[in-house]
Amino acid sequence: MTTTVDREHAEVPEDDLAGMRAPAPQGGLVDVFRHRYILKLLVRREISARYQGSVLGLLWSYVQPLTRFVMYYFVIGMVIGLDRGVEYFGIHMFAGMVFVHYFTETFTAGTRSIMRNSSIVKKMAMPREMFPVASMLVSAYHIIPQLVILITVCMIVGWAPDMAGMFAGLLGFAIVAVLGTSLALLFSAANVFARDFSNIVQTLTNFVHLAVPMIYPYTLVASRFGADHVNLYLANPLAEAVLLIQRCFWVGVTSDPEQTALTQMPDNLFTRGLIQLACCLVFLLIAQLVFTRLERKFPERL
Amino acid sequence: MTKSIVVDHVSKRFTMRYHRTIKQMSIARLRGQEISDSFLAVDDVSFTVDQGESIGLMGLNGSGKSTLLKVINGVMAPDAGQVLTRGRIAGLIATGAGFHPQLTGRDNVYLNAAILGMTEKETKARFDDIVEFADIGRFLDTPVGHYSSGMFARLGFAVAVHTDSDIFLVDEVLAVGDKPFKKKCMEKMKEIKASGRTLFYVSHAAGSVRKMCDRVIVLEKGRKAFDGPADEGIKFLHYDDTEDDVSSEEEQDEELGSDV
Ligand SMILES: Nc1ncnc2c1ncn2[C@@H]1O[C@H](COP(=O)(O)OP(=O)(O)O)[C@@H](O)[C@H]1O
Ligand SMILES: [Mg+2]
Repeated sequence: MTTTVDREHAEVPEDDLAGMRAPAPQGGLVDVFRHRYILKLLVRREISARYQGSVLGLLWSYVQPLTRFVMYYFVIGMVIGLDRGVEYFGIHMFAGMVFVHYFTETFTAGTRSIMRNSSIVKKMAMPREMFPVASMLVSAYHIIPQLVILITVCMIVGWAPDMAGMFAGLLGFAIVAVLGTSLALLFSAANVFARDFSNIVQTLTNFVHLAVPMIYPYTLVASRFGADHVNLYLANPLAEAVLLIQRCFWVGVTSDPEQTALTQMPDNLFTRGLIQLACCLVFLLIAQLVFTRLERKFPERL
Repeated sequence: MTKSIVVDHVSKRFTMRYHRTIKQMSIARLRGQEISDSFLAVDDVSFTVDQGESIGLMGLNGSGKSTLLKVINGVMAPDAGQVLTRGRIAGLIATGAGFHPQLTGRDNVYLNAAILGMTEKETKARFDDIVEFADIGRFLDTPVGHYSSGMFARLGFAVAVHTDSDIFLVDEVLAVGDKPFKKKCMEKMKEIKASGRTLFYVSHAAGSVRKMCDRVIVLEKGRKAFDGPADEGIKFLHYDDTEDDVSSEEEQDEELGSDV
């Protein structure tokens, strides 16, 4: 713009500015994937740090979900008796639990991720979305052993996987991943300004187990709520996601999968799922915009 | 002349919060006290730096040096004005950033180097130099949580000084580490300067600034108070009469501590 060369007042001929740029990274989720190498190392750091110094190591990834499953199965199935009339209630429950666990892990670990990495955030310029995204990926890594258990058990009892089921599974997974990432982005940023948010998250995640058809069958909700209220129940993306997951795993192990899919699942399961995914993607966009606004103040507030 | 850093009317405002909990804030409000207050930590600062220049940034504690460095580094966004830089920025500012106490020195070197902008290949190529510089010997494959604070700092330094960059920022960090290590760091900085990279050096130590820098910028309460040849800048600060050699500079650094 100006043409004077004045070192003390930063008025520089435009030619000299060619090739210069603002030092801050562009930021945003897109930029995270441009920094894949750091992302990979951050994910690896979390994974290997988690079981450092423990004798059983990765085996814990199997022990924890299994004990949780046994406890739920005993209390919900045997004591309360919600399993009545549900074929393979254990698989019905466990399939949901794996993905609900993935969601709550992404949400809680993601919310703390910026604070936990404050030493990096305060000192280095890099896209800060990196940290919630890394939490999401670490959580995804940790459900692999659980998926192995789930699939093994399904195979043993006689699983008939079908294309629609596979699609349902992927759709359910996508909903959980996108929703978890959006919430992790939003709450990780908010948590920098008030630590109360990580407590709020703890409280919220307690409800998740009850708000999805996992420890009780969907038909119970449908019969008690009536048509209008069932739509309200299904407006919860996690409830929809869990149903899609069960369409993938549980429906395939029942004695008559076609009949189960018809009678035990809500109508328009796939349409609802696609709409939910679209809503979650819009939510992700909003979360990104909020994150970008709040991020400017991270270094000084940490 | 190729510009390396352009700082153009940059200001950075901080908010001071006096009360943190809701209770404290409501009491303060009832009593009519201030809940928050803002001030300019960097106030309309402008200058440009040529490629290969070495600048000493000086000023009293709280004058805004670290804040200015963070704006140049891209960690903080300026509230007004703009900063432009050319090439990669590294330095002794994020030493040890991302170090995980449960991971080995080796793993941490890779992560820290990545955070400082190095690729896997570059890190591999420099790995031996980094380990030799850090001088941590067989502790390399033990968790850094078990390192002494000196070893921890040395490893962080070692990674930082081996990163490839066009601009190298240093923020009064020589307060950690023992004497031989400080010497090594000063040597390394001289090497960096000699290699034609831009050096931006924050220090209270007149001795080392005089040795390292051609030009001094002095900040006073966030405003640029002086910009010119190193000798004059040091005179401007009246630091001149006290210390001159590296050893007293190190004592000075120790006295003042490090806020990095
Ligand atoms: N995150 C922050 N929030 C509020 N004030 C800050 C923050 N960081 C630094 N300051 C204030 O900004 C001023 C400049 O700080 P700094 O740049 O660290 O000074 P220097 O490095 O020259 O000692 C000081 O008054 C300091 O207290
Ligand atoms: Mg400082």
